Parts: sequence; structure tokens; C-alpha cells
Amino acid sequence: MEFNAIYVIVAREFKKFIRERSRLISTIARPLLWLFIVGTGMSRLVSPDTGVPYIQFIFPGILGMTILFSSIFSSISIIWDKEFGFMKEILVAPVSRFSIVIGKALSGTVVSTIQAVIILALFPFIGFKLGILQIIWVILISAALSFCLSAFGIVLATFYESYESFSVIMNFIIMPMFFLSGAMYPIKLLPDILNLISKINPLTYGIDAMKHVLFQFKTGTMSPDFLFIIDIAVIIGTSVLFVIVAGKLFERKK
Amino acid sequence: MAIITVENLVKKFDNLTAVNNISFEVEEGTIFGFLGPNGAGKTTTINILCTLLSPTSGRTFIAGHDCMKEPAEVRKSIGIVFQDTTLDKDLTAYENLIFHAYLYNVPKNERQERVYDVLRFVDLFDRKNDLVKKFSGGMKRRLEVARGLIHRPSVLFLDEPTLGLDPQSRANLWEFIKELPEKHHVTIFMTTHYMEEAEVCDRIAIIDNGKIIAMGSPAELKMTVGGDIVYIRTTDNVKTQEEIKRLFGFDVSEKGEELYMTCLMGDTCIPEMIRTIGEGVLSVRLQRPTLNDVFLKLTGKAIREEEASEGDNVKEHVRAYRRRQ
Ligand SMILES: Nc1ncnc2c1ncn2[C@@H]1O[C@H](COP(=O)(O)OP(=O)(O)OP(=O)(O)O)[C@@H](O)[C@H]1O
Ligand SMILES: [Mg+2]
Repeated sequence: MEFNAIYVIVAREFKKFIRERSRLISTIARPLLWLFIVGTGMSRLVSPDTGVPYIQFIFPGILGMTILFSSIFSSISIIWDKEFGFMKEILVAPVSRFSIVIGKALSGTVVSTIQAVIILALFPFIGFKLGILQIIWVILISAALSFCLSAFGIVLATFYESYESFSVIMNFIIMPMFFLSGAMYPIKLLPDILNLISKINPLTYGIDAMKHVLFQFKTGTMSPDFLFIIDIAVIIGTSVLFVIVAGKLFERKK
Repeated sequence: MAIITVENLVKKFDNLTAVNNISFEVEEGTIFGFLGPNGAGKTTTINILCTLLSPTSGRTFIAGHDCMKEPAEVRKSIGIVFQDTTLDKDLTAYENLIFHAYLYNVPKNERQERVYDVLRFVDLFDRKNDLVKKFSGGMKRRLEVARGLIHRPSVLFLDEPTLGLDPQSRANLWEFIKELPEKHHVTIFMTTHYMEEAEVCDRIAIIDNGKIIAMGSPAELKMTVGGDIVYIRTTDNVKTQEEIKRLFGFDVSEKGEELYMTCLMGDTCIPEMIRTIGEGVLSVRLQRPTLNDVFLKLTGKAIREEEASEGDNVKEHVRAYRRRQ
């Protein structure tokens, strides 16, 4: 493991993240809009059968959304680095491709987890009463999910050479991942085919794990869909898979 | 001792042969230049040498390591200034360099000092905390050269280091590149399509359409054109023309008010000629053959000097910036 290289890749991302206020503001604003506008609006329509108001039901989903967007954005910056040449500086360095992938995935993990924590801090405003243990669990799950989705983002980024492809990724990958993750409605209500797609979406498991931690009830429409242990296993398993695949794809030379 | 060895290197992109069976060696501590027009295969060769591309066939070694089989060893021993800038414009000069120091595993207690050293060397120490996007083209180039030196490579690749710079900055950059082999104990492998820039090289390979068509020191290459051209203007050109033909056996032609002829050693030829012709000489000038003449002779065409203009760069920037918003 090349710790210096991994460290500096993460440090660079972190520095740029802090410097780029507009990026922070827009990634924080999006979940806030969904939470308070969509959440409040839909609360009027959805009458919960198991005790939680809709705005609370979507809270894990909103955390998941924050992580999804910021992780993928962070990893997609690889395309940006390719277009502006900085990637070559990294690729000619005596650093294994595996370390580069780990460094990039951890970069996404750091910035996404920070943003998830900012959103999490809003819990008192939507009527949650959380204990310290619950908060720690949510942060841990956020970090694991961030790593997983960042690694997934790196795999995506290896397929694209220019930033033009960004809207394709946005419309055909990120948005469907969000809508088919149990964030806004329980996946058990979805028709078979969509339910199946939701089940191969790692985000679903991250959000499901947060539902386990945030909600007391284990039955009913709004309850979690999988066992907590399964959620965690899927997140870790897919993380490893994505890192390996991304490493292999990075190794590829023309 | 040869520090770079290239044997029968071939690189094909689909059906285009970018590098067509080239072989050469570069001696340690020298400046070696690849001179050739756009699309000649210069960058492709560099990309193979620095392990970013795999060759279709052939072998390449740097400091005794096979570029294909031991890429990690090769990467440790090279520094590169790519044709297009590879700095992170959203970081400061110092941050770009310290990033490099970490990436190349420079020992902790030396990192800062080495970064400061190279910054002083390229005269950018006072600007170290400025964002790179505020730098001029020449400053960016210098910063990139500085970055390439931090990890003390044994070979430094410079792919068109002066591209897009004004003549003043170009001259400055060359002054500074010339000193590198001695001051930093590196071998330089550079490419250019500016003839006059290739003059700083100890050895040059002229490359066209993926093939090396000539190789040697600048002086050797120029000898192949057949020597210097002497221009002479006298009070009686007709008489002088006859005289020179008779006494020296040169083939003299007239162009405007001047007579001109090719002779192998112009500088020793001229005094002799003046002694013989005596009074009537009004002016004499000597034109040394340029590498452009060499290229012209070998390929029948001049090297084009199309450049990616700074303007294009800026446009690209603005476009990309908008997209990001
Ligand atoms: N990735 C690639 N895919 C396909 N063709 C390529 C690729 N890279 C280079 N080429 C082709 O290979 C040839 C040599 O390109 P190369 O970049 O090596 O030229 P060069 O000598 O560096 O030219 P310049 O002076 O313009 O930088 C060109 O015809 C180019 O179009
Ligand atoms: Mg080139």
C-alpha cells in the first residue's frame, strides 16, 4: 500500500472541496429541497399506516441521495482530470493503479460523509429523537455507502474520456439509481421488474440499513426490506467488487 | 552509457502506423532531440517510453529497465513535461509540487525543502501560493519542469516544452533547459518542431511519418546539406563571377545584387576570396545551413509550424467551465 500517494490524492480532493463553495452549497441544497419541499408536499398525500410521517420516512433516502450525488460527482472528477491532463501526472507516477483507485474512493468517502453528517444534523427539525449510538451508526453506514458509491463512480469514469458524457451519467444512471432505491417509496410497493432492479442497486441497501437504525418498527409498508446484516454485507461486498473492477479497468493500456 | 534504448519500436493505431520501426540510443547526461512535423510520432514515442502506451512491437529500456515489464522502475526514474499542461489549475504552485513529492514518495523531511529548491530554480518561489490558473503560459511551463525534477529523475522528457510561448519566454526556457544536465544530472529527451530550438541538442533524430530519417549532432546533420552559403557583392559582379569560377572552381550564381555559392568551410573560404578579388568587394555574408535546410533536403518539404494557439486553449477552458456549472 502506498500510503503517501493515497493520502495526497485524498488531501487534494478535500482541499478542492473546501475551496469550491458553490459545489458544497449545491450538493447540500438539493437534499434540503427534496426533504422540505417534496417531503412536506407529499406528507399531505401519504397517510402513514405505521406511525412515521412521510418527511421522516424519506430522511434515510435523503441521506442516501446526498451520498449518491456527492460520491458520484467526486469520482466523475476523474473524467475532468483526464480532460485537463492531470490524470497523466498521476498515471506516470510510480504508484499502483490499485492505490490510485483506493485514493479516489476514499476522497469520495470523505467529502460525501461530511455532507451526509451536515444533513443528518437536521434530524431535530423533522421530529426525530436520536441517541448517540444511532447517530454513530448512521455515520458509519454513510461512510461505507460513500465508499461503495465512490468506487462505483470510478468504474463509470473509466468508460468516459470527456465531460460531455456527464449528462448521460446523470440522467441514465444517477437519477434511476435514486428513484429505484427505496428513498422516496418502499421498494415492496414497486412492480416486479422495478423491484428487481432496486435489488441490484447498492444504494437500496445503504438506505435500508439506515432505516433499520432510524426506525423502531420492523413490520408494515414503511419498514426495512432486508435484514440489517444483509444490507451491510452487500455494501461491503459490492465495494470490494467495484474496487477490483476499477483497478483492472485502470490498468488497461491502449 | 546508453540510458534510453529503443529497439525496432512500432506503434499502430488501428490501421495508422504512428511509429514505424525506429531504433536509437540516448547517452547519459546528454540532450537528445526528436525533431519532426505535426503527427510525426513524437508524442506517441514518449508515451510508450513513459509507460502510458504499450507498443505494437519492439522493445524500450530506460536506465536498464524494460518499459513494458518493469513499468514501476521506469516510472521512478523519469520525469515528464507533457505537450499539454498537466497541472491542477485549482491548486497553488506549491500544492501542485507537494502533491508530486508525496506521489513519488519523497522522504518526509526532504519534501518541503526539495519543493522550495525547484521553485527557486525556476524563479517562482515568490508565486508559490498563487493558484496556477493565474499563471502565464511560460510560468506554467517552468512550474511543470520544476515538478518533473522534484523526485530527481535520471531522464527528463520534455514534449514541445515551448509550445504556445512567446519568443522571449521560449528563449528563457531554453537557457534554463540547457543547464539541466549539468545542474540536475539528468538526461533530456525533448521534442520540438522548431528548428532553432533543436540546436541545443547534443544529438537529434529527425522523424517524419513515424520513421527516423536522419540522426546525428546538429553540426553533422548540417554537413549533409553540403556546407555554407557565401554571399558576396562587388563593384563588378560579372568579372568577379568569372574570377571565382576560374580560381576556386565554385559554381557561382547571381541573385539580385549578390553573387552566391556553396562552399564546405565558409569561414576559411571568405578571407581567401577577399584576398584574391581585392579592392572590389562591397559586402560579404555567410549563411550557415539550418536544420530546416536539412529537413527540406531529406523530405522535400519544410516543417510546418502550426501550433495550438493559446486562444484555442482559452476557448476550451470557457466551454468546460460552463459545462461544470
Ligand atoms: N490515441 C490515438 N489514437 C489514434 N491515433 C493516434 C492516437 N494518438 C496519436 N495518433 C496518431 O498518431 C500519429 C502520431 O501522433 P503523435 O501525437 O505522436 O504526433 P507528434 O509527432 O507528437 O505531433 P505533434 O507535433 O502535433 O505533437 C498521428 O497521425 C496521430 O493522429
Ligand atoms: Mg506531440
